[in-house]
Amino acid sequence: MIVFHTLTWSDAWYLAPELALVGFALALAVLDLMLPDRVNRDWIGWGTLLGLAVAALFVSWHICDLRRSELAGEPAVRDLLYGSYLIDDFGNLLKLAFLGATALIVLASLGTIRKDEIPIKGEFYYLVLPAVTGAMMMASSGDLITLFVGLELLGVSSYALVGARKRSGLAGEAAFKYVVTGGTASAFILYGMSFLYGVTGSTGLAGISRGLEQAVADYRALVYVAFFLMIVGFALKLALAPFHAWAPDVYEGAPTPVTSFLAVVAKGAAFAMLYRIFVRTVFLADAEAAALREDVSLALAALAAAAIAVGTAGALRQRNAKRLLALSGVANAGILLVPLALDTTILHASFFPEFLYYLLAYAFMNVGAFAVLTVVSRASGKEELSAFAGLYHRAPWTAGAMTVLLCSLAGLPVTGGFFGKLFILFGTVQTKAYWLGAFMLAATAVSYYVYFKIIRQMYMRAGAEEPAVRVPVPAGIVIWLCAAATLALGVLPRPVLDWIDGLFSIGADMLTG
Amino acid sequence: MPDNVPILSFIVLIPLAGALMLLLLPKDRGRLARISAIVFTGLSLLFAVWLYADYQPAFGGAKYEERAAWLSIPLNLEAGLRDQGVVSYRLAFDYHLGVDGISLPLVLLTGAVSLMAALGSVHIRKRRKAYYALLLLLQTGMYGVFLARDAGLFFIFFELTLIPMFFLIGIWGDYGREKAANRFLVYNGLGSAVMLLAFLLLVATLGFRADETADGTILTYSGNYDVMLANLSDPNAAANAGGALSFTGGLKWSVFVLLLVAFGIKVPIFPLHAWMLRVHAEAPPPVVMIHAGVLLKMGVYGLIRFAGFLLPAQLEAAAPAIAALGVINVLYGAILACVQKEFKLVLAYSSISHMGIVLLGLASLSEIGFAGALFQSVSHGLISALLFLVVGSLQERTGTTRLTELGGLARSLPFTSGILLTAGLAALGLPGLSGFVGELLAFLGLFATMRWPTVLGVLGVLLAAVYVLRSVLAIAYGPLPARFAGLKEARFTEALPMVALTGLIVLLGVYPSLLTDLMEHGFAGLLRELQTRAGG
Repeated sequence: MIVFHTLTWSDAWYLAPELALVGFALALAVLDLMLPDRVNRDWIGWGTLLGLAVAALFVSWHICDLRRSELAGEPAVRDLLYGSYLIDDFGNLLKLAFLGATALIVLASLGTIRKDEIPIKGEFYYLVLPAVTGAMMMASSGDLITLFVGLELLGVSSYALVGARKRSGLAGEAAFKYVVTGGTASAFILYGMSFLYGVTGSTGLAGISRGLEQAVADYRALVYVAFFLMIVGFALKLALAPFHAWAPDVYEGAPTPVTSFLAVVAKGAAFAMLYRIFVRTVFLADAEAAALREDVSLALAALAAAAIAVGTAGALRQRNAKRLLALSGVANAGILLVPLALDTTILHASFFPEFLYYLLAYAFMNVGAFAVLTVVSRASGKEELSAFAGLYHRAPWTAGAMTVLLCSLAGLPVTGGFFGKLFILFGTVQTKAYWLGAFMLAATAVSYYVYFKIIRQMYMRAGAEEPAVRVPVPAGIVIWLCAAATLALGVLPRPVLDWIDGLFSIGADMLTG
Repeated sequence: MPDNVPILSFIVLIPLAGALMLLLLPKDRGRLARISAIVFTGLSLLFAVWLYADYQPAFGGAKYEERAAWLSIPLNLEAGLRDQGVVSYRLAFDYHLGVDGISLPLVLLTGAVSLMAALGSVHIRKRRKAYYALLLLLQTGMYGVFLARDAGLFFIFFELTLIPMFFLIGIWGDYGREKAANRFLVYNGLGSAVMLLAFLLLVATLGFRADETADGTILTYSGNYDVMLANLSDPNAAANAGGALSFTGGLKWSVFVLLLVAFGIKVPIFPLHAWMLRVHAEAPPPVVMIHAGVLLKMGVYGLIRFAGFLLPAQLEAAAPAIAALGVINVLYGAILACVQKEFKLVLAYSSISHMGIVLLGLASLSEIGFAGALFQSVSHGLISALLFLVVGSLQERTGTTRLTELGGLARSLPFTSGILLTAGLAALGLPGLSGFVGELLAFLGLFATMRWPTVLGVLGVLLAAVYVLRSVLAIAYGPLPARFAGLKEARFTEALPMVALTGLIVLLGVYPSLLTDLMEHGFAGLLRELQTRAGG
């Protein structure tokens, strides 16, 4: 007889961060409807920030809670509904990253969003909340169905956000493209999942992991179909080459804060899901399934290499700053995929800290760079690289911060981007995946040229006679926070990595439950 | 000197402090920026001279070592390591500075050339605050490269020279400055990437240590140069144990070739030289002083420090190839220098030719040859700095450095022309000046082992006389174009560094043991290694 587990009130505590976000989203939506038109909708933005802060507080609480039980020798994972929802350090760390990045994005957009451009300013702010909730669900799920629900929640909210510039044809095109490719990606993932469910008889990751070896023995071809369909779906979601063609168009058409959200949070969430599924199912597969693990690793490595190469090469000739950052995002997604694609059976097993560290660095440098782009394109009315011309004269401090962020994107020391890349590179050398390391390095060398195109505009092109760029205070704060964090991650990576190392362990956080 | 003064950190960090201080100055205080930059540069040089005075070659640099744990990144202990009694598994890079007979001459060179370049920047008029801040930042990078004793730290300092150079070329250069800056960035970025791969291979094998302590085993991948050097000769180290971490034949050769390419771009070794021609031609003269004077030597130093000391067997086996590359550099540079119409390009090709002699010295694998290579590096640094100082003064006055447009300047600018002639004579290797000593030592060393490369190399030196005299005569003698008749002679701030550099060149020419005594002990370890190889 099947016993149905139901959520109880005590479980609500574990869902507190997500529930808080949903609560705030509903309250703000109602508020937006009730408030008269003349009230500045920036207040909704501040409310959104408050909601994010409350959720982050709950997540931190959970981290401390888990740490306490870990020290007391109790299991350090809480699972709800037969392991379909997991509260563990993997999820919590990523949730903090998502919430922090979103908060920075919202803060930067306060004061830079113009009502004539985005008529639905209120919605714009509070739609971010369900999107983050979806991302958090993806980071916390232990079941294919919950994962998919999270994916769709994030997807649907961001489709609307992409089209927020209602009067722009470019935005309409972007939203349409995003819906179509996002839907296709979801279909691929769901189709793959259904095969996986079919051969293992379970939608729970733990159950799949148990049944995988037998499934490979019985239905080898179908298991491969399942995994490769999912890989294609994820590659589409992550904009990994050769599935990246939508990214530049969508990034260009979306309002810049949304672009930044797609590049950082949506991408990070898709990675979280990828890690959840692949680590749990094929990461430690051996015996019959060992060949499957190697093939999946190889496929991921090939995707990573292709993304790094195509993203960097595409950015070389790009003249639009947003499209350039979109392609740089393609290359960076490839780099973020590298730790997962490495052979995990050798001593090297630090793939998660490698990934998370670079994700943090990536988040700071992208949020910062997009914030600068927002400010700059507002002043000059264009998003071409030439919008940056003479920025050194027009806003010297912003130009300085942007230089730090660009150095980090290019992987120059002493920045977070440099150490993140170094750490991942060391993993490739340690596992003797030299070709992948060489690929990353070659792309890095080429990317100097890409990012220095912007630096050249800022410092070497005229623009002195143009008026100074006005930087709104919230955006200025975000830009400087991001630049400072990027530098701090580069000079002293140790505290962050020690912290991650102290909390996270593969065995306790990703393989139990 | 009191023992507890972190003198090496002072040398490295004073320019950085200066750069940060300059950023706080108001924008329009260009003169103040210039003066403070000169003060900070001088201060660093003062510490370097103090170090030189205090340094006793026989004892080496052990007493100046500074070492502190900097980055220690936890790796995952879960792959069954915890069960084997491992308590710590980390990737470590140290803040480790050290000095020996090889780095000290180059540190002094850096200090001298930087100060002269700062003094000689008097022609720089635009955005002076940013210019001098970048010049100081560049110095921190250069000093750091010569003093770092950790692969990670070395790499960071090496990269730290890249960014200021990009700006210095791109903002203050001539008409084709942006193209030159890009070329510089792409070539050197590629070099850095290759270097990083080589370093990571070293760290992942040669840098690995397993230390038994009371609590359990501590596993470390270290970027520390001393750890690598110790592991190299330790038969129990994982690198020599033949396991997954062994550092053997194929891997050693890969690392050697990677290092040769990475540092070869900097030296530059033909055919990796295209970028440096543009930098010579387009960058502002004081920046070229530093570029030709010091930055190229970072390549030589890296080759000696990493390829030489860590891979002596490979250096030995590759010596004929390096000699061949050296000969190509010497002749290619010399022949092309003879036909250039632009004086800056004559000097650029002459740099390629002179750096070829450094390679020849390295290929000799002998004490005299090594000393020659290093001496030639220092001497070429001083001579090219002096030549570009003169170029800067000429360019400001005449607006051109094309040989066909210049002439007869000895009449209107007797002092500057005299200095130019002296520098030219030093470049062509006149005895009594420093250029002669370096070339002589390098060729002496090489002659013992390889006759033909020596003969071909000397041919290049003969050509040096042709291109130097041809261009100096074209500039200083002959009819004086009327528009150059009223030129004003060098100001005091220009003349001072000219005289100082000339003095150093003469001093090293007549009294070379000022530096050779230092070098003797610096190369002792490498030579011992090579000799045991030859003997056993």
